[in-house]
Amino acid sequence: MILSILAATPIVGAVLLALLPREPAPHHRAKYVALGVSLITLVLSLVVMARFDQDAGGYQLTEKHEWIKVFGAYYSLGVNGIGITLILLTTILTPIVILAAFGDRLPDPKSTNAYFAWMLAVEGLAIGAFAATDAFLFYVLFEATLIPLYFLIGSFGGPNRSYAAVKFLIYNLVGGLLMLASIVGLYVISARQGQASFLLSDLQNLDFSTNTERLLFLGFMAAFAIKAPLWPLHTWLPDAAGQATPGTSVLMVSVIDKIGTFGMIRWCLGLFPGASDWASPVVITLAVISILYGALLAIGQDDIRRLIAFTSVSHFGFIILGIFAFTTTSLAGSTLYMFNHGLSTAALFLVTGMMIARRGSARISDFGGVQKIAPIMSGVLLVAGLSSLSLPGLAPFISEFLVLAGTFTRSIPAAAFATLGIVLAALYILIMYQRVMTGPLKAGNEGVSDLDHREMASLTPAIILIVGLGFFPQPLLNVINPAIDEVISHVGKGDPAPKTPVQIDAPATQEGGHE
Amino acid sequence: MFDLQWLLIAIPLASGLGLLVWGKEGDRFGHLIGTAASALSFLFGVVLFASLLGKDGEDRSQSTKLFTWIDAGSFHVDMGFTFDQLSGLFVLLITGVGTLIHVYSIGYMAHDERRRRFFAFLNIFIAAMLTLVLASDYLVLFLGWEGVGLASYLLIGFWQHKDSAAAAAKKAFVVNRVGDLGMATGIMLMFSEFGTSSIHAVNGAITSASGSVATALGLLLLLGACGKSAQVPLQSWLLDAMEGPTPVSALIHAATMVTAGVYLVVRSNGIFDASEAARMAVIVVGLVTLLAGAWIGCAKDDIKKALAGSTMSQIGYMMLAAGLGPAGYAFAIFHLITHGFFKANMFLGAGSVMHGMNDDVEMRHYGGLRTFMPITFATFGLGYLAIIGVPPFAGFWSKDKIIEAAFGENFWVGLGALLGAGVTAFYMTRLMIMTFLSEKRWREDVHPHESPKVMTWPLIGLAVLSALGGVLLVSNWITEWLEPLTGHAEHEELAVPAIVLTLIITVVVAIGVFAAVVFYRREPIAAETPADSSVSFFARAGRHELYGNELNDAIVVRPTRHLTRFLVWFDGKGVDGFVTGVADRLGDTSQFLRKPQTGYVRSYALTMFGGVAVLVLALLAVTLA
Repeated sequence: MILSILAATPIVGAVLLALLPREPAPHHRAKYVALGVSLITLVLSLVVMARFDQDAGGYQLTEKHEWIKVFGAYYSLGVNGIGITLILLTTILTPIVILAAFGDRLPDPKSTNAYFAWMLAVEGLAIGAFAATDAFLFYVLFEATLIPLYFLIGSFGGPNRSYAAVKFLIYNLVGGLLMLASIVGLYVISARQGQASFLLSDLQNLDFSTNTERLLFLGFMAAFAIKAPLWPLHTWLPDAAGQATPGTSVLMVSVIDKIGTFGMIRWCLGLFPGASDWASPVVITLAVISILYGALLAIGQDDIRRLIAFTSVSHFGFIILGIFAFTTTSLAGSTLYMFNHGLSTAALFLVTGMMIARRGSARISDFGGVQKIAPIMSGVLLVAGLSSLSLPGLAPFISEFLVLAGTFTRSIPAAAFATLGIVLAALYILIMYQRVMTGPLKAGNEGVSDLDHREMASLTPAIILIVGLGFFPQPLLNVINPAIDEVISHVGKGDPAPKTPVQIDAPATQEGGHE
Repeated sequence: MFDLQWLLIAIPLASGLGLLVWGKEGDRFGHLIGTAASALSFLFGVVLFASLLGKDGEDRSQSTKLFTWIDAGSFHVDMGFTFDQLSGLFVLLITGVGTLIHVYSIGYMAHDERRRRFFAFLNIFIAAMLTLVLASDYLVLFLGWEGVGLASYLLIGFWQHKDSAAAAAKKAFVVNRVGDLGMATGIMLMFSEFGTSSIHAVNGAITSASGSVATALGLLLLLGACGKSAQVPLQSWLLDAMEGPTPVSALIHAATMVTAGVYLVVRSNGIFDASEAARMAVIVVGLVTLLAGAWIGCAKDDIKKALAGSTMSQIGYMMLAAGLGPAGYAFAIFHLITHGFFKANMFLGAGSVMHGMNDDVEMRHYGGLRTFMPITFATFGLGYLAIIGVPPFAGFWSKDKIIEAAFGENFWVGLGALLGAGVTAFYMTRLMIMTFLSEKRWREDVHPHESPKVMTWPLIGLAVLSALGGVLLVSNWITEWLEPLTGHAEHEELAVPAIVLTLIITVVVAIGVFAAVVFYRREPIAAETPADSSVSFFARAGRHELYGNELNDAIVVRPTRHLTRFLVWFDGKGVDGFVTGVADRLGDTSQFLRKPQTGYVRSYALTMFGGVAVLVLALLAVTLA
């Protein structure tokens, strides 16, 4: 029940907000209701975490009810180490985003209730998608996330928001349609081989012919590759992120897009291990292209929000690379990467969003010397930027290095090319930081005041987690590891063994008493 | 007690972070707390080092595991530290010289309103540098490696309201990232080859792996070392880095951080011993850099850049020595330590001069400062004697040993090192003449004066160390101290007795000094830098840093910029155009694209529900069939 309650809480909150009568500006009631609901959800997710046995492995806290009998669709939930990690990311980021969005200037101030209601809806649907263990339920939730995001982009974004929202919708609907074809196909096959069922556990026992498996895989993979987004299907993201409010961008890139990479692990690797293996050379190539292409495009952007979107294209490339390298190390890295990227991108989108709102422009060339008048904002931007370029000591370094080290054991060229991304990452972050923050104060920036207390309160948790997980990633990795072992053994690919294995025996080792 | 070695790092780290978070009220004490943290770490380091002295040779490597840093898949890294003969020496150098520079900075940065933050960054640097040298695992070393890179970035760009400082900081970081490619790939190779990146395990097992692995690892680590230690071909950032406040140049860009590459090679001696080719590459890099840096040092009129060229060159000596294998490791470290003393001394001296000259760095505007800044002159003079290798000052002992070992390896390598010694004597004499001797060429409104005591005392301390640093070699103490780590070297028989070689070196140094005196005392020094067209090719190339920046621009920067511009165009017209074009034809989406602009937003919600309806219908159809 607890998973259902967890997913339902923000949905109920959203309905409540929608029903609340509108109030005059500054709309305190709607904002605090939304924040309160998201905090309750966070607490619930921590309860879920506490009840999750991280050593036991497998799917836990499961629920199963017959839903649409004629399709064999079940309302079936459960979490493994990967799902719970992403649920935690969702519940941590939502309050941060809502608190940061208190200051958003909306095109129509009367729609404040709707703005926060849609955000809560995104949270609830995402939790559902991460917990669904029935393919049909997952599909419905996956598609349903488009609705709140469509309205968040299309109603509350910048001047070009309608174009961006429709582009977002069409791209993702096309992906969804292809996945739908595979869902139908799964149904046909499972019905032929006995009782029709969409349960993950039943689908994993189906026998596919090689070609069928590949076709079905492609349907799922197309949807996830658009969502993730993988080169060359990425072009909707910069447009959407360039028009959306910062909070929407965070929910879209940090949370919803993760359903794409999460789906690759749970549904592509889970249902079609043979086809995943078959496709891996192509996917790895596209992932490496994404890494370098996204980074180079980020260097070339003048719009800060588009720049961050392209950095995410690059980062998603790393995540996908780690997934399709099929090693426990790289896959654990990819899962952790999803969490860490969520944090660092959230911090980047939010702090630059605050800066852009004050300046009235998102163009890098309009900024200059802001550090002088807004040192705290500058410091937060630097930490968020350094985490995006994976500086050791900050959380994303661990996950990126795990991806690369794991990939290296599988394919040296893929790892070597991907590693070039670390130089490009330094360029796109530091060039942006230099142009925006350093030098003499540029005319027009006088109004860029430093962060206020509310803004600091929203960003501080993200920064603390980014630094803390850089030194102590183990609490999360301990949750992730058992699930990764299961996925890799399901795919049937063991880790390549070291060529000259070493028995680790440090001389004169004295165990410090700090374990 | 060695279980507590993490405190060496934790003390300055806590102080640094605390000072950053502390508000304005911390401005009054921040510098004192920062200095105290560094001093405390030094004192603890002395205690640890002393107890190491009391142990037998076998027990002098004290490791401790703090916690499991990363355990994922088959990857496992402990946050572990090792205090041994090598890291112990570094701890003393980093915290000792570091503390003196903290003290000096109290005076040097007295009028900077962001002084508290400056000390916070210095503390963070100390913590990161200690992590680098104490690490038991290459990945932990990499954590420190990038940490010092971050501190260097923050401190080069400390005066970031200056565009040049911000650009220099970024350049240093990016060039170092190129080196990091080597470090990161090297660690990946270790993981895939040995299943671990423990320094001890990798260096122990390297002989069981194939020779090509050792060579690959050696070259990858060397690439990292080239970045951090400003060795050719990744040297270009160091001269720009002189934009940072002068104490930073002394601590980070002379005494400690830039020598991390040498530390890396010596620490990885197992890998380099196993590969002749990798060691040869180290020797070539060292030799080329030692000559290139010396060349640049001869041509620069900016006192800090002249010293920076010299730093490159001296690190080239260390690198060269490290490339000689067991015969040179100890001398590389010996020269690294003595250089840490005399170069920090001279950079702080240069800072003291700038302090008295309204922050002017142009040596052509100096002259005759000897009588106005007697303490600075005297301490700088000791550093000068040490660096050019006049007996019995510290640099004489360490450089002499390197040149001797270089001749033992190969006549031409030795000759290059010998030539470098002569050029060093030339450019340092030039610097002394232009700054302290010769006639006054001051700008208007300059009133040179000696610096306050808080700045001169550290100078005196470092000058004493520059003079006496050679005692480390007494009865071969440093070679025997390091031998358990770096291995025993058979003494190469030279063609001439060592004492004759020493005499030859001294003669070459004397020629260098004499040449500079003749050249710069013959006629008055111009108060303005002569135009490029009026100087020799030699001077012109040196001024332009041997055209390293132009080369980087031509082969890396500009092509990348063009590629980026092309891709931005391609992404909009090519990728996006293609995908939306296909979509247009497939689904007649132009309808979709037009409608919302007329405000029919609801129709999309309808479309969505249409999609769901299609799904239900399809499933029903299949079921019924």
